[in-house]
Formats: sequence, C-alpha cells, structure tokens
Amino acid sequence: MSQPGLVAGSPAVKRVGRVLTYRKAAVASLLFPPAGIPALLYSIRSSRLAAQGEVESARIEGEKARDWSWYAVGYGLTVYLIAFMTWLLFTNGGSVRIVFLAWSILTDGDGWRSLLKGFWINVQVFLIAEVIVLAWALVVAVVRLLPGKACRPIRFLATAYVDAFRAFPAILVVYLVGLGFAQANVPVLGSLSDMQYAILGLSLTYGAYVSEVYRAGIESIHWSQVAAARSLGLSYTQTMRHVVVPQAVRRVVPPLLNDFIGLQKDTAIISVIGVLDVVSRARFLNNAKGTLAGYSMAAFLFLLVTIPFTRWLEWMQRRNQARTAGGR
Amino acid sequence: MSLLEIRDVHKHFGHAHVLRGINLSVDLHQVVCLIGASGSGKSTLLRCINALEEIDGGAIHLDGDRVSGRGIDVDALRQEVGIVFQSFNLFPHMNVIDNVTLAPRKVLGLDADQAHDRAMTLLNRIGLAAKAEDFPDRLSGGQQQRVAIVRALAMQPKLMLLDEITSALDPELVAEVLNIVRDLAAEGMTMMLATHEMNFAREVASKVCFLHEGVILEEGPPDQIFGNPREERTQAFLKRIVEAGRL
Repeated sequence: MSQPGLVAGSPAVKRVGRVLTYRKAAVASLLFPPAGIPALLYSIRSSRLAAQGEVESARIEGEKARDWSWYAVGYGLTVYLIAFMTWLLFTNGGSVRIVFLAWSILTDGDGWRSLLKGFWINVQVFLIAEVIVLAWALVVAVVRLLPGKACRPIRFLATAYVDAFRAFPAILVVYLVGLGFAQANVPVLGSLSDMQYAILGLSLTYGAYVSEVYRAGIESIHWSQVAAARSLGLSYTQTMRHVVVPQAVRRVVPPLLNDFIGLQKDTAIISVIGVLDVVSRARFLNNAKGTLAGYSMAAFLFLLVTIPFTRWLEWMQRRNQARTAGGR
Repeated sequence: MSLLEIRDVHKHFGHAHVLRGINLSVDLHQVVCLIGASGSGKSTLLRCINALEEIDGGAIHLDGDRVSGRGIDVDALRQEVGIVFQSFNLFPHMNVIDNVTLAPRKVLGLDADQAHDRAMTLLNRIGLAAKAEDFPDRLSGGQQQRVAIVRALAMQPKLMLLDEITSALDPELVAEVLNIVRDLAAEGMTMMLATHEMNFAREVASKVCFLHEGVILEEGPPDQIFGNPREERTQAFLKRIVEAGRL
C-alpha cells in the first residue's frame, strides 16, 4: 500500500438522510409574525413527523418552514420600511410633508406649466448632448487606441482629455464653459447662447466618460477578429470600421445608455449659468411659496423620463444576453 | 520555381526563440503538411508567412517577390495568401454572405453583385448556399469552418494556409471540413497545413515536414515520414500519436 488511492473509501459520516426543519430561521421569522408564525408551526410539525420516522412528510413540512421564513424576510422588510417612511412623513406635526410635498404647490396648475416649460429645455439639452457625445466619444476612443509610435502624441492628448474631464466635476465645467468663453470673448465660442454652452459643457464631461465605455468595448473584441480581418487584406482602418467598432458598439449599448441616464439627470446643473431650466423655475416657485415642493415636482419630472428609459435599457440587456447566450 | 521560398526564418516572442532557422520551399500545386507537437512552431510559421507575425531574421519570397521585412505591402501579400484559423473567427455580427463578401468588396473593389455571385458560387460548392443569410452562431462548428474556408477562397489567393482547422471541431464534423480541403488539393490549390490529422496528412500531402523546437527536423514524402522516419524525434512523436489512437 505504498501509493495513496485516487478513490476514497466510503465516508465515515453519513451525509444524506437527515431532515431539515429550519427551526432557527423560523424562530427568527417571528420578527414578522404574519409569516413567522406559519414558519414556526411548519417547523414544529416537521420535527414531530421526523421523530415519528415519517421522513418524507417531515421534509415537505421543513421545506414549507423554509419558504415561510423567506416570506418573512421579503415581506417583513418591505412592510417595516414603508411604515418607517410614512412615520417620517407625518412626524413633527406633518412638517416634513409640508416642506417636501406642500399641497398648495402640488395642485398649482400654473406652477406645473412653468416647470414643464423649463423641463423642455432640459430635454432638449440632453437629447442634443447625447447625439454629440455618441459621436465625439467614439472619436476620442479610436484616437486613444491608434497604434504605433507615430501616434503617441495624439494618443497622449486624448488620454489627457479623458483623465481631466473625468476628474472635473460637471458643475465646474459648465461654469467655466458657460461663463468663461463669453467673458474672455473667445472667437466663435464666445457668442453662443447659454443653452449651447450648457450642451457644450455636458458633452465635454460625458464625452470623456463615454469614450472609456467605447474603449472598453473595442478592447473586449478578441484579437482573433482583427487577425481574421487583416488576413483577408483589410487595412487597419477597414478592420476597425467594419469588424471591430460594430461589434464593440453592440456590446457597450447597455453601459452607454446607463451613462446617458446620468447625463439626463446632470442637466439639472445647467441652472447655475442662468439657463431657465426646470431647476431654475422650481426655485422661483419655492421662493414664492416658501417651501421646497417645487424641487420635488422637478424631481418627479425627471422620474417620468428616466423610468421608461431604464426599463427599456433592461429589456435590451435581456435581449442581448438571450441572443449571445448560444454563440460567441 | 517554387511559389513560396522560406529561408532561415527566425522568430522570437520575448525570450522564447520560437522559430530557429526555418528553410522550406513550396511548389505550385503542392500540399505541404506541418506536423509536430504543440509549441513546435507550426502555427507561428503559418502566421509569419502572411505577416500576422513579423519575422526577426531570414526572408520569405512569394512568387519570386520578397514579402518579408520592412516596407512591404502586407495588405497586398494577404490578398495572395489566405489563412484559415483553428477557431474559425467568422465575424459574429455579419451573416454568412456578408462574411464572405466583405473582403472582396472592400479590398478587391468588387461591386455588391459581383461579390455576391462569387460568394454564392462558392457557398453552393460547399453545400451551404441555404445558410447564406444565417448568422455564424446558428451554424455548427463544421459549417462555420467551411464558411471560413470559403471566405478565404473568395479572395482567390495563390496560397492557402490552414492552421489546425479541425482541432476545435467535434469528431463527427471533421470529415466535412477535410473533404473540402481534399477537393481543393485535387483542384490544384497550393496549401500549407498545420495539422494533427495524420491520416489525412498522409493522404493529401505532397510533402510532410516534422517541426521540433522551431526547426524542420525532417521533411519528405508522406510515405517516408510516416512509414520510415529517419529522425529519432520523429519516431518518438509518431509513436505517441499511435498510442493516442490517432494513426
């Protein structure tokens, strides 16, 4: 017996055959009695059946105890959280509700009309900025990935841009672009409208983010794809144009749209350079009525746009996964 | 005169000296099979021939023209030398017909109709015309590899390099791919194959080269290499192949 065997003998301890009664989980579930009580009852019945030797039935009861323990987690946490928030809303004589959700403002038709007018500016800004970012970021990403020594300076420049504009807070970029160009009387750029400055500032900031998304996508395309394309005689540019970038873009659509949700929300900061957007108008409303409910209403408007967008995004991610699950 | 002339070719990957002076000539219509263990340099040699890897020493001539070294037109070289890879490498975002017509349209400048006709003729030959509109992930491995062969053939190359093209296939799909290679050989295509399919090599090869640690240790007609190998290392390699039940 010099050599240890590859196959162990039968284990000393029997590993299967026990009954799981989930007693501890069931007892813990009592923190939310509507689910905890059934969980405990099933667990007790399970051990009783096990004691009688009814292993099969005991296991079924044990499984029910486990299910009800999970109900306690899912439903219990939800109920307690909602209860907490409701308490918050009505505490202090309802002052929380008045500050955030003052009825007189929420029902003010003119207020809503004014906010919607402002929100339309936000929508225009993010739609235009998104189109610009889509193209500009791809240019930056491709430049960052140019091969060879000759392109080193331009690669460096692109990298510096990305590093800088990912570091700068968007609000500062909007300030500097929106106030600085006009103040310094820069040719052409000095005479844009506030809204155009807002678009420019946000595009510069988000262009840096999104270029990184593109770059990750391009780098994720396996080198064998490049080898296949080049081996057919396609040039570097043709390979990027027809083989690498189309695959990369498809792959990064979900994270890219995720950045767009960020961009949509960040249009809220353009009010700092005097654009009459939804945030500016909410501020007027608040000042007139002495609450913060205008901001709540503005927030609600963003919700109306972002939720469908997010759901659409999730749907697309699922579809993408389903499509690539089989192949490569 | 030989179509391909490889003289004293060297290749390093970092400190690894992968090709250590390869000398080989391939005549028009010849089928040359490269055999040898993994890491012996078969794939690297093929990749060097169509300049997917740059060589560090020696020279490669195609049809009398030097195609290695600085300043060569790699895109022109690759139009003459097609390569098929172990893992097919079809473009997953394009259907079969677009995979096949991309290079003829973009590189040779064929218009869409000409490229389409050429592709359909080839797809018909390999029995995959019905799959023209399908995407690669709907095809079996064997079908994908047949499309990859056609994609290379659509460029009408003078020389085809086949880099272990059946190694990633399930056993029952190997034959359909090898049948195409057999047809190509019969029609006079000049080819170089890196392969582990020894029986196939024995059948189609005009010449078999045994690579060992970056040199061609032995070359000769298939019957001699497989039947009466002179080198000890060749004998040892073939013995292992027989033990694995592959010859």
